[in-house]
Amino acid sequence: MAVETAIDLPRAGHPSRSAGLVEQTLAVGRRSVVRVFRQRALMIFPMIFPLILFAINGSALSPATRIPGFPTDNYRDFLLAMPFIQGAMFVSITAGVDLARDIESGFLNRLAMTPLRGEAMLLGQLGGALLLGAVQAIVYLLVGVATGVSFASGVGGAVVLLVLSIVISFAFASLGGLLALRFGTGEAVQGIFPLLFVTLFLSSSSLPRNLIKATWFRDIATYNPVSYLIEALRSLVITGWDVQALALGFGFASLLLVISLGLSQSAMRSRLART
Amino acid sequence: MSRFFNVARGVAWRSIHNTVVNPAILVPSIVFPLFFLIAFAGGLSRISDVPNFNYPPGYTAFQFVFVFLQSAAFGGVFTGFAIARDFDSGFARRLLLSAPRRSGIIAGYAIGALLRWMLTGTVVTIAALIAGMNVNGSGIQLFGLIGLGVAMNLAAALWACGVAMFLRTEQAGALIQMPVFVLLFLAPVYVPLSLLTGWIHAVANLNPVTPVLEAGRGLLAGSPVKVAIAFAGLAGAAMLLTAFARRGLASAEKAG
Repeated sequence: MAVETAIDLPRAGHPSRSAGLVEQTLAVGRRSVVRVFRQRALMIFPMIFPLILFAINGSALSPATRIPGFPTDNYRDFLLAMPFIQGAMFVSITAGVDLARDIESGFLNRLAMTPLRGEAMLLGQLGGALLLGAVQAIVYLLVGVATGVSFASGVGGAVVLLVLSIVISFAFASLGGLLALRFGTGEAVQGIFPLLFVTLFLSSSSLPRNLIKATWFRDIATYNPVSYLIEALRSLVITGWDVQALALGFGFASLLLVISLGLSQSAMRSRLART
Repeated sequence: MSRFFNVARGVAWRSIHNTVVNPAILVPSIVFPLFFLIAFAGGLSRISDVPNFNYPPGYTAFQFVFVFLQSAAFGGVFTGFAIARDFDSGFARRLLLSAPRRSGIIAGYAIGALLRWMLTGTVVTIAALIAGMNVNGSGIQLFGLIGLGVAMNLAAALWACGVAMFLRTEQAGALIQMPVFVLLFLAPVYVPLSLLTGWIHAVANLNPVTPVLEAGRGLLAGSPVKVAIAFAGLAGAAMLLTAFARRGLASAEKAG
């Protein structure tokens, strides 16, 4: 379903450069948010699917807690990090497909004719996906609490979990934006999506790394940054305040964000080259 | 009758041709089951250390049967996507106009789904054998396991065909896929039924996929269980879903 929305461009004037950037970003961001929320049907599947897997695997894999050395006696505590990462991966597709649609429809080219700055266009375009990521994270947190998940790090830990989850969503949204800018079609973005899920499969998402029996799988999970994103979120639930896990989680999420945004910025400049 | 077979052969040929020449269709249908096998058999193999887990061929074989049957079901589901795409592109309407026996269209798509799964099933089996899967079943028992896969593929293809023909849009994809996905994952995927507890045990107990999975695992282990129940269930499902697919076809004919 195509959704066309207009941008309320900031009024003419001579604000400072940074104030102009903020205004422009908010204007594009508003359109992005409106577009995401106008397509409510498309929001449901990405939000529900991780919850279905959480419900099923949370029970089906509960015998794993009987493995000696398993860090908790409630598998849902262990699994809660999964929906956050899955949701973030779906956010990357939403961001990528929406941006690709703007490229395919020529909307981005029309924006290029305006004084709008590339950074504002990029950050604004990701705004809708970012908000979607935040809504998803709150829903997953509430579902987790409702199903009996308890936070070893307390209320503060739940807040940090939300913050980290939003950073991760933004990082994946930036990756989706980068893919859209590089390939220019929604089909290509969706085609690459399964590869993101592979990184989730090949991580410590279902068992702690030290309990993974197959050495080759444990090695892949150790080198896979997604393991550290999951472990940081999980540590807040089952360990408490694990500074190392949190540093690695925030570190990898920030790294992905910086690299994706940097490359997206360069790709956006190429897309908007005025000829 | 020859007109029926002509239509079925033409549709099946087109279905498998489109799959083989289009990497965007072929690759995911092969890669996904492989990754499930890697993730489950590799990443979760420690589950076999859970007290009272007893499956002599080992955890790779335990998970192989699930992935094998899942790939069979998804071979049918992916065919449903192709049918929906055919309606979106207008090809299916031209096909309805030109086919002298339209029930051959359903048969053709079902044969296409089977051929497509044969490719995926072979790759998954080779991968599991390379990974060191133990096979304790005899030749006849393994043939029975393949038979379960064929019947599962047929049932899923008929379901997908029916939904795709009723809705006639690619947006039907989620409706085709989700019930199959949920049914499969509400079976004892990671541990035997006896080790499940709580609501998942109750649901798995009632899930028609559970006896199929248990029969498949029994056949691979050389100690068959619930084979007759599994085949009877799949045969019943195939009959019901054939009627469903035919009604879908009738609905598409009526829509013109």
